[in-house]
Amino acid sequence: MFNLNDLKEKLATWLDGSGPHPDLVLSSRVRLARNLKGFPFVHYANKDQLNQILVTVREGVKDFWPSQDGLFLQMDSLSDLDKDFLVERHLSSPGFGREREGGGLFVGEGEEVSIIVNEEDHIRIQVIKSGFQPQTAWEIADQTDDQLSRGMEFSFSERFGYLTACPTNTGTGLRASVLIHLPGLVLTNDINKVLKGVSQVGFVVRGFYGEGTNVLGNLFQISNQTTLGRSEEEIIENLERITQQVISYEEKARETLIKDARDQIEDKIWRAYGILRNARLLTSQEVMNLLSALRLGLGMGVISSLSLLTINQLLLLTQPAHLQKRLNRVIDAPERDLERAALVRKKLSKGEEDGWNVQ
Amino acid sequence: MLCDDCGKNPATIKFTQIVNNKKTVLHLCRDCAEKRGLKEAISNVSFSLGDLFAGMTKEKSDKVEGEKAEILCPGCGHSFAEFQKIGKLGCGICYETFSSQLKDLLRRIHGSNQHVGKSPPQLTPKMELKREVRKLREDLRKAIESEEFEKAAELRDRIRELNKGS
Repeated sequence: MFNLNDLKEKLATWLDGSGPHPDLVLSSRVRLARNLKGFPFVHYANKDQLNQILVTVREGVKDFWPSQDGLFLQMDSLSDLDKDFLVERHLSSPGFGREREGGGLFVGEGEEVSIIVNEEDHIRIQVIKSGFQPQTAWEIADQTDDQLSRGMEFSFSERFGYLTACPTNTGTGLRASVLIHLPGLVLTNDINKVLKGVSQVGFVVRGFYGEGTNVLGNLFQISNQTTLGRSEEEIIENLERITQQVISYEEKARETLIKDARDQIEDKIWRAYGILRNARLLTSQEVMNLLSALRLGLGMGVISSLSLLTINQLLLLTQPAHLQKRLNRVIDAPERDLERAALVRKKLSKGEEDGWNVQ
Repeated sequence: MLCDDCGKNPATIKFTQIVNNKKTVLHLCRDCAEKRGLKEAISNVSFSLGDLFAGMTKEKSDKVEGEKAEILCPGCGHSFAEFQKIGKLGCGICYETFSSQLKDLLRRIHGSNQHVGKSPPQLTPKMELKREVRKLREDLRKAIESEEFEKAAELRDRIRELNKGS
């Protein structure tokens, strides 16, 4: 059994830079929504019922998930900082543990598999894999779902499939997504064309960080929009096909950039590196955008002195709750900027001392 | 969470009030919030999913309401109108109770209202068999790739056997 504080020293497995195309596709995620038969959906359930649901899932999980391999968290007992920390690690959603009592979270070894209890649905199984591997993520989620279903009965109808609180999830209850880095398409201004194309085939693209049109770090999430009328395999296959297509557009955009604007691109990348190595104050937004330039530099072979792992580590460790967990206290934004810049400088110079050459 | 005032409907409005540096938070349903005269607070709740669904299912539900006062789900005691307000169904049985409205709504959302994916293994031993066969086929492919022909033959026989049974 590990506890929440063990997580802060570790990097989630899904950010370890493994898997196919890891510089482009950071992670692949699959989520399955399930509800228990015989209970009202979460929004209409009372405290007693929510508690019974939590106990039922806990018993079910015990059967296939040895307790020493996992972490169980009762959301009600967590501080606001811990809740934010879990959101940054993609293990929770911003409202979870805040809008309603009775929430629970199971986290498996390496944080690849997690089970969220009493969020919007009774149960949400989530699997995140590093790199471009939706199929593998689906297989693991499918297995976990089978194992879980042995100890409890899910709300299911032959006509509508798995029944969920919101009709937008009914059917497979499956939401599959990739987190993809598209700086080339942003720089060549082709991004909107691509996003529009993707949305025409039943998939949704949105900026992963930031709000509205202000997409931070050129990171986008592509996910399926509909959950009914298609099999899980078909949804996963479509996601893989579309992502493959977007990857090839991004690669083409990068070729164009190298051909037409090599000096400008290299300058942009090295400037980003210079700022990150030397700045004394950094906001999380700025870091995210500068890390995007480094990631691009690594992918284009402009920078070879850095590892993808370092960039991924920084992406996570520089976020507000992670910074505060690391220092073990709540600190305000201006001080965070100072600590963030210090952390980034340390990480990047440590890399060089470890024998990574700077080109 | 249920409404702090009536204790019956799910709370959809969080109302925070600060008087003399003292913060009070109320979780209210729409009706009770209106009763308290929090019209302004409600109008700030912009564009809910429930409103969107209500728009998509308007015609149908008006008809139903005209015929009969209101059908309540025997599973959870909630009406379709409540779903339209909140955007969340009450329980699994709601899907049967409001089947005709939902068929229409689901088709509009997903372009289909017939599930074709996975079902719980205990409900469908046949589906599990299919899955087993799929897995064996994958193993067979790998065995052939790595030229383990003896193993491949075994797998092939096992697949044949399973297919005969179904």
